[in-house]
Amino acid sequence: MEFKDYYKVMGVARDATETQIKQAYRKLARKYHPDVSKEKDAEARFKEVGEAYEVLKSAEKRAAYDQLGQGHSAGKDFRPPPDWGAGFEFSGAGARDSDHSDFFESLFGARARSGSGNRSGAFHSGRGEDHHAKVLLDLDATLRGGARQLTLRVPELDAEGRLAFKERVLNVQVPKGILAGQNIRLAGQGARAAAESTPGDLFIEVEFQPHPLYRVDGRDLYLDLPVAPWEAALGATVKTPTPAGTVDLKIPAASHAGSKLRLKGRGIPASPPGDFYVVLQIALPAAGDEKAKAAYAAMAAALPFNPRATLGV
Amino acid sequence: MSSSQDQALAGAIFEETALLTVGDLSRMCAVEERHIVEFVEEGVLSVVEINTPEWRFSGTALRRARLALRLERDLELNLAGVALALDLMEELQTLRRELNARR
Repeated sequence: MEFKDYYKVMGVARDATETQIKQAYRKLARKYHPDVSKEKDAEARFKEVGEAYEVLKSAEKRAAYDQLGQGHSAGKDFRPPPDWGAGFEFSGAGARDSDHSDFFESLFGARARSGSGNRSGAFHSGRGEDHHAKVLLDLDATLRGGARQLTLRVPELDAEGRLAFKERVLNVQVPKGILAGQNIRLAGQGARAAAESTPGDLFIEVEFQPHPLYRVDGRDLYLDLPVAPWEAALGATVKTPTPAGTVDLKIPAASHAGSKLRLKGRGIPASPPGDFYVVLQIALPAAGDEKAKAAYAAMAAALPFNPRATLGV
Repeated sequence: MSSSQDQALAGAIFEETALLTVGDLSRMCAVEERHIVEFVEEGVLSVVEINTPEWRFSGTALRRARLALRLERDLELNLAGVALALDLMEELQTLRRELNARR
């Protein structure tokens, strides 16, 4: 087990005051909070910071940690002395329901985790806790519905009461029309409070992987559709991929780049269903050969056109 | 744990089917009912307008309440701060989504 330097994690001196520690924590917590942060590894960093704060903000834990920490440095192998912990009583107040490192638990015990008692226990008499998970699905799952194999990381207490993560594979029927941020609720797939009790539910929050063609905005889908200049100018009927298959799309005359065509109800099949937006992009043919160059030259001669008119030049 | 391929677990979309009471939310978030009531008073959660003597919440309230509890606990925010943070986060999400769709 590696020794953790909680002072280093928090970026404070070993003689930092309570106020300094609190300030450091608040700053780091805002920076790395998984709900807020865009930093990589935010979640891991946040847990580390939370664990460090839990120790350093409590006078009793900090004193115990300081006593133990003499002569140890971060990353080095560490084993607490067998009689360690004697003489300290840990109240467990302010315990979080996140998982602690092995290092933390070897010092303060797994029981410190469930300490405060008002976040777990007490409220689910006879019923197991609900579990929450997040999965990344392909867009097809909501467009068509269907079974998907989902791998979830489930926290579980092992025989010593320590928190470990177990992989759980579930075959789940994805409800057609589910939107990003919504949850699939699987009744009875959460935790059991006791062997014969009613288990809690499992909530699976859905996000979508980027799709090669479509962008997702809530229940609406967007597709960039390249068209030739003459198709946009004169109007045309062109083949367009949609979630329900290829359709013939009528491009109105005098369309331009960025023109948005709406196919009502052809987005994600939620209730009500979303719309499918086609955003036109003008693709230019390459002036690769003499014939093409001549065509461009003819167009230049025929059309008095200043594409920069709006720029005042 | 292995689950058989043939039998897929079927679940409903929680946000579209759920209508929650204060008691439901309190149990699901493992906090006292008083806390949920405070969330409503501070505008963190809003009540669905239907004709029941008791408050009812839509399914989206669960996600919001859990997020609010995390912010409250982890960032040591007070309820007014949580309400503000949630509104700003929602606005940010809307802007990000719009940006993404128009990219």
